[in-house]
Amino acid sequence: MASVQIADVRKAYGSTQVIHGVDIDINDGEFVILVGPSGCGKSTLLRMIAGLENISGGEIRIGPKVVNDVPPKERDIAMVFQNYALYPHMTVADNMAFSMKLRKAPKSEIDERVSKAAQILGLNNLLERYPRQLSGGQRQRVAMGRAIVRDPQVFLFDEPLSNLDAKLRVQMRTEIKELHQRLKTTTVYVTHDQIEAMTMADKIVVMHDGIVEQMGAPLELYDRPNNLFVAGFIGSPAMNMLKGKITAAGFAAENPKGGAGLVWPIGKLPADSDGKAAIYGIRPEHVRLDPEGIKAEVVVIEPTGSETQVVVRCGGQDLTCVFRERITALPGETIGISPDTGVTHLFDAATGKRL
Amino acid sequence: MALAAAESRTAYKLDQSWLVRLFDNKTFLICICLFPAAALLIVFLSYPLGLGIWLAFTDTRIGRSGYFIGFENFVSLWHDKVFITSVWNTLLYTSVATVGKFALGLWLALLLNNNLPFKSLLRALILVPWIVPTVLSAIAFWWIYDPQFSIISYVLVDVLGWRDTYIDFLGQPWPARWSLIAANIWRGIPFVAISLLAGLQTISPSLYEAAMLDGANAWQRFKHVTLPMLMPILAVVLTFSVLFTFTDFQLVYAITRGGPVNATHLMATLAFQRGIPGGQLGEGAAIAVAMIPFLVMATLFSYFGLARRKWQQGEDND
Repeated sequence: MASVQIADVRKAYGSTQVIHGVDIDINDGEFVILVGPSGCGKSTLLRMIAGLENISGGEIRIGPKVVNDVPPKERDIAMVFQNYALYPHMTVADNMAFSMKLRKAPKSEIDERVSKAAQILGLNNLLERYPRQLSGGQRQRVAMGRAIVRDPQVFLFDEPLSNLDAKLRVQMRTEIKELHQRLKTTTVYVTHDQIEAMTMADKIVVMHDGIVEQMGAPLELYDRPNNLFVAGFIGSPAMNMLKGKITAAGFAAENPKGGAGLVWPIGKLPADSDGKAAIYGIRPEHVRLDPEGIKAEVVVIEPTGSETQVVVRCGGQDLTCVFRERITALPGETIGISPDTGVTHLFDAATGKRL
Repeated sequence: MALAAAESRTAYKLDQSWLVRLFDNKTFLICICLFPAAALLIVFLSYPLGLGIWLAFTDTRIGRSGYFIGFENFVSLWHDKVFITSVWNTLLYTSVATVGKFALGLWLALLLNNNLPFKSLLRALILVPWIVPTVLSAIAFWWIYDPQFSIISYVLVDVLGWRDTYIDFLGQPWPARWSLIAANIWRGIPFVAISLLAGLQTISPSLYEAAMLDGANAWQRFKHVTLPMLMPILAVVLTFSVLFTFTDFQLVYAITRGGPVNATHLMATLAFQRGIPGGQLGEGAAIAVAMIPFLVMATLFSYFGLARRKWQQGEDND
């Protein structure tokens, strides 16, 4: 196991720069998730750690060693690919043993490690099968088994769950997390799915257009997003954002339809902000039903069973709310809502930074 | 309400002609659809093949219809030194040329699979030996192998000074055989290279990346990833290549006509030589028929050798 340090790393293809100086410190044994929309450079960064892409600038260290010019096979890392990249002509056991066979490890040791990994992942009955004969989830496990057998310094996962169906994805999420708690190997995991990131990571790195937008523990990112991008990216359904001005009475939202805007309560007014153009963020789950509150017209109701998602229109704006209660109102009717003032967010309209 | 609605519906009776109903008959439809293809196969494939086999058992000559003579043609061929030589020539020609084509073709395919500058141009150029008509390239080789005007001799003698005399490529049996094999290899490489290149491109790059992370060097990646993944297409291309080479006629006939003194005859050229210019249609047909067992063996090899390997099978074939 080892720590990984990424210092001012850049990547350019010809004159197009895709990663603009990224700094990330990954502690020994930490589970770090790089998350962001497609094209943000997260997979490229992972491939640079693996050595599959050249590093155009900056420095990557695995343990104490700078690995910029170390070939992939000497970096002592294992990677799980999105398409699993299992060798189709080898059995499950051979797939897992391949790296050790190349290193000419004694057969007894190979067998021992393979059977141990198979046990951890529940693959004992599948060792003689070929990848084609396995289901998606089983292939996924074999790919992880191949990584475990190596006992590497760092595990790298490149969107490993995106080829699985929704239910299996949730199950594998738990399995990977459990595996990490058990093996405690430093892990870097790439995904575009913020729920995966929130549920699994010790530390989330939100990337966007080749830069790090914010880095921190999952709940820290959820509670205090640094900027509009992180606020909109983390959390599902996404945070409601209203344009308007900060006033002493609260947040005066614009009415896009031209009428009078609503005034939303603010928990703690930032200093020197009176009259400032800003964006007011409120998460759907932080809106309460309140007969005394703001009157809002119900547009769409989507019950999920455990909760009810409601899109309401108030002050000319559409707002998504999530209620624990079941709603009996019909579209077109009016309900009263009010935000939890303690957990609202304010962002500078010009810079997008948190106020 | 519902009852009234149901009653007001009018059920129209299907009133179709017998022709429409005939075309709805599955058996009839199958027969009529198969007919054109079957007719083509029978007229242009089965009939000539059957006629050839029949001729092999007769003493037909040009201008004289023959009589059935049983295995007489084959017995006489068994004692015919020229025929025996042609069999050995064919086997040598096929085996050496196939090995050569595959070694060079695979090498070329691996080179072209890399990111080279002008990749598409190079790939197109590779095909040139294949798209040039065989007779045209044969004439080019005829010049290259000419005892007096050969460019190879010219380079070796006059430019480099490595030899004192011009090489007699086609005047001696063994040099002539190797010269023909070289020409066949040159002509066969594109087919092998392009087919294998297509096979190489189906191999997922992430397999190479996984192997690289697993610690495999370039040779190990070739041995453990490229080669096994290429095996299925390799076997198909191999079978085709063997069949094409075994039945080759044009190159040899255009360059040496089987000479010197029948030393480079292949079975195909000898069959033609005896049957058409020689007029012995029965004997020529017998030589051609003698190729059939070899071709059947090659086909069987492909049938069994190419049977889907276990790893290619899906879960239902476990």
